[in-house]
Amino acid sequence: MVKYIAKRVLMMIPVLLGVILLVFFIMNLASGNAVLLILGENATEEAVAVKTRELGLDRPILVRYAAYVADLVRGDMGTSYFSSRSVAEEVLSRFPATLKLAVVSAIISTLLAIPLGIFAAVRQNTLFDNFSMILSLVGNSMPAFWLALMLMMLFAEKLGWLPAQGMNNGWRSYVLPAVSIGFINMAAIARTTRSTMLETVRQDYIRTARAKGVDEEAVVMDHAFPNALIPTITVIGVQFGNLLGGAILVETVFAWPGLGRLMVQSVNNRDVPLVLGCIVILSISYSVVNLLVDLVYGFVDPRVRSMYK
Amino acid sequence: MKEQDTALEFQKNSQVKETFRRLARNRGAMIGIVILSILLLLALSADLLFDYETMVEANNVSQRLLPPCWEHPFGTDQFGRDMLARVVHGSRLSLTVAACSVTLSLLAGGLLGAVSGYFGGVVDNVIMRFMDVVMAIPMTMFAIVIVAALGTSTVNLIIALGIASVPLFARVVRSAVLTVRDVEYIEAARAIGAKHSTIILRHILPNCMAPIIVQVTLRMASAIYNTAALSFLGMGVSVPSPEWGALLSNGRNFISQSGYLCVIPGLAIMLTVLSLNMLGDGLRDALDPRLK
Amino acid sequence: MNTQKQDMALEIEDLSVEYRTGGGIVRALNSLELSIKRGTALGLVGETGAGKTTAGLAILRLIPHPGVITGGSIRLHGADLLEKTEKQMRSVRGKEVSMIFQDPMTSLNPVRTVEEQIAEAIRQHEKAGRAEALGRAREMLEMVGIPAVRGREYPHQFSGGMKQRVVIAIALSCTPQLLIADEPTTALDVTIQAQVLEMMKELRRKYRMSMLMITHDLGIVADICDEVSIIYAGHVVEHGTLEDVYRNPLHPYTVGLFNSLPNMADRTAKLKPIKGLMPDPSDLPPGCAFCPRCDRAADVCRTRQPPRVHRNAEHYVCCHLYEDKPFQEVSKDG
Repeated sequence: MVKYIAKRVLMMIPVLLGVILLVFFIMNLASGNAVLLILGENATEEAVAVKTRELGLDRPILVRYAAYVADLVRGDMGTSYFSSRSVAEEVLSRFPATLKLAVVSAIISTLLAIPLGIFAAVRQNTLFDNFSMILSLVGNSMPAFWLALMLMMLFAEKLGWLPAQGMNNGWRSYVLPAVSIGFINMAAIARTTRSTMLETVRQDYIRTARAKGVDEEAVVMDHAFPNALIPTITVIGVQFGNLLGGAILVETVFAWPGLGRLMVQSVNNRDVPLVLGCIVILSISYSVVNLLVDLVYGFVDPRVRSMYK
Repeated sequence: MKEQDTALEFQKNSQVKETFRRLARNRGAMIGIVILSILLLLALSADLLFDYETMVEANNVSQRLLPPCWEHPFGTDQFGRDMLARVVHGSRLSLTVAACSVTLSLLAGGLLGAVSGYFGGVVDNVIMRFMDVVMAIPMTMFAIVIVAALGTSTVNLIIALGIASVPLFARVVRSAVLTVRDVEYIEAARAIGAKHSTIILRHILPNCMAPIIVQVTLRMASAIYNTAALSFLGMGVSVPSPEWGALLSNGRNFISQSGYLCVIPGLAIMLTVLSLNMLGDGLRDALDPRLK
Repeated sequence: MNTQKQDMALEIEDLSVEYRTGGGIVRALNSLELSIKRGTALGLVGETGAGKTTAGLAILRLIPHPGVITGGSIRLHGADLLEKTEKQMRSVRGKEVSMIFQDPMTSLNPVRTVEEQIAEAIRQHEKAGRAEALGRAREMLEMVGIPAVRGREYPHQFSGGMKQRVVIAIALSCTPQLLIADEPTTALDVTIQAQVLEMMKELRRKYRMSMLMITHDLGIVADICDEVSIIYAGHVVEHGTLEDVYRNPLHPYTVGLFNSLPNMADRTAKLKPIKGLMPDPSDLPPGCAFCPRCDRAADVCRTRQPPRVHRNAEHYVCCHLYEDKPFQEVSKDG
């Protein structure tokens, strides 16, 4: 088991190196603009050259990449072009806010979605099933940032029940942003749970269980659900990426002091090291979540577990 | 030989017919098609319905921030511009950006996936590991980075969204290619010395159509969403254009007094994404009857 | 008459099952009659799609949606199963009647250990604790020829033949009086088939179970069963003891089944397959369901359902050919 985890962590590293390289290349296209942005449009050619050297942008990209990775291993992510603060500090100070928001809404939406999906599957084609599936179809198609605006309009502006901005009001600050991100998540997970449940209850081993005289509740919970959980877990992992993407927008709407908002700001500033820092952290968390998902897989599915050895 | 061809042709035709029959029975897909047709019609006739210069661009200060009324069913914005006209013209932008970016990712992803699946081995490994890297970055985030690097413009937005969903198409096409690659008729084509490109284009790709069609529909939905998302952040279609995300972003400033400025563009996005999703789901069920 | 009835393990009368699909009503069983004497084995023989599996599932009342039992009765030791509540049925399933399914590869739950799956049946029907049930599950494993230690493994670690042994262990764990075996060996290799069949024969003797063996394989029937019912399009067209049916097949369909087997004594003889396919069960002909494929069909066959004609107390056939004729004469051609 430990060996398997170690192996998976090691497998994560090349992907992350690739992510950094890719973002490095893409952001490199912007570095020329960045110097101009820092110095202003009217900077002399000389000043630009000096600044370029100062930022180390005159070196070949692969050299800079290697240097960046070497620094990263030591926890150094460079310095922001704008605030001149350490990127690592800046990014890590903002990360907890995003992580808390993402985790809270992921957990709540999953806990709501799975029973919803099971119940809809068991009651296939009833009013409840149709209603919840229309709801999740709508949820799947609703832009998170729009939902955020609507919730804000209703609960913050009109009713004044919940704060519209920031995270200084304890749990009440979390409600609107978490619901905005989580609703879509819930919709996707509920749909998957339902459809995999429907497929699972048609399997032969469910018939075997029924032929043993097992009652319907145990058939659903002990036999169908653990099997339906396997594809559902995959979707939970994939959705976490969407959750992070949604967080970027929702944080902007609610002025949430998280990584997403920081990233949007630094993109607008062409602050390459800061953008890179945000991407690295968000991609690491995405990969870690997918690693956890894989481990949960093994917990649920003995066929996967036997591959651990 | 000829008889066989006609038999095959007939089988293909009846398969297509059968698919349409199943699709026609799917209520969600039909609703999706109807809404999309209306949207497409509106987008195509936008210039006939609302003159761009006088109704979408020109300011009309006397009519600022009018809530929905008979004359302006969707109200007006802070410059007195009719929201209905702007939303209808916005549909053109959203649909164009989405269509272009999906075409881009379909071509690039399809090619990569086909090559990867067909040749296998090192080629496959290199391409797919690269795709893994792209997939490790959440899609919206990746599009943001590309726009940040290339600068804010509609073309760059298309490129960004296009590149961001390349891996999805590459994966779909690759796995479809893998399932048909070793089927006998491909082997037969290879045995009579057909060129690689002929085999891929003539024999393999037509057999991957089903998953590709489904993926195109679903990616259209996600492209519409992401276009709006990036424009909302000010990184997509630039501000004076009536793009839906940009309209939302503008409406945000008036959220307490003129909420309709936020409600309406969001509904437009949602309706479009919803109908594409319904159509995509319906297509998937119709093309893959095993799931029904 | 009454005393005779009590000797019956299973009596199915006039049973009809329909699948109500969007495309129409599929009549899977049409007035099916089956009876099994206590302690004997009945072979139910027919082609794919004849309604064999549906018959087995109907006895357990496990016909999948959209199937419905539309009429008839299923009596198990005299008690009508169709009148029981769902809860009462649960104590029949696995306890009084067990079923072995065709495909062992998919019949076991992949995420639970083998012994758990056997123990579940035991705990369902008997007052046994978890440990006791697991202990008995391991005994059952030994009985079907699997080392008890392997009980902690999962189905994917077992071969097809071993999985079917596990399925049999589950079915027998509560010593049912009636065992339904739905093509239990079709999915297995030939050598494994023989092992599993031999084991089933032995276990049946040991537990003195009645059995319904559903199969298309006349060889298996000859090996295991005491009586045979031939099913065609959801209806029994011929029934008799093994000897009656194998020596004197009456129905043209039965004759056709035997003619489809290779003849070892005369290998130059051509196989005589039955021409055509089973009629579409959503659109059955008004007369005899077999008449479109029957060489000896007459006009009456197309319009009127054939009556049941008895050759002796056991052996009967549903065919117009025998309506007015003495038996000896016709059966000679068969």
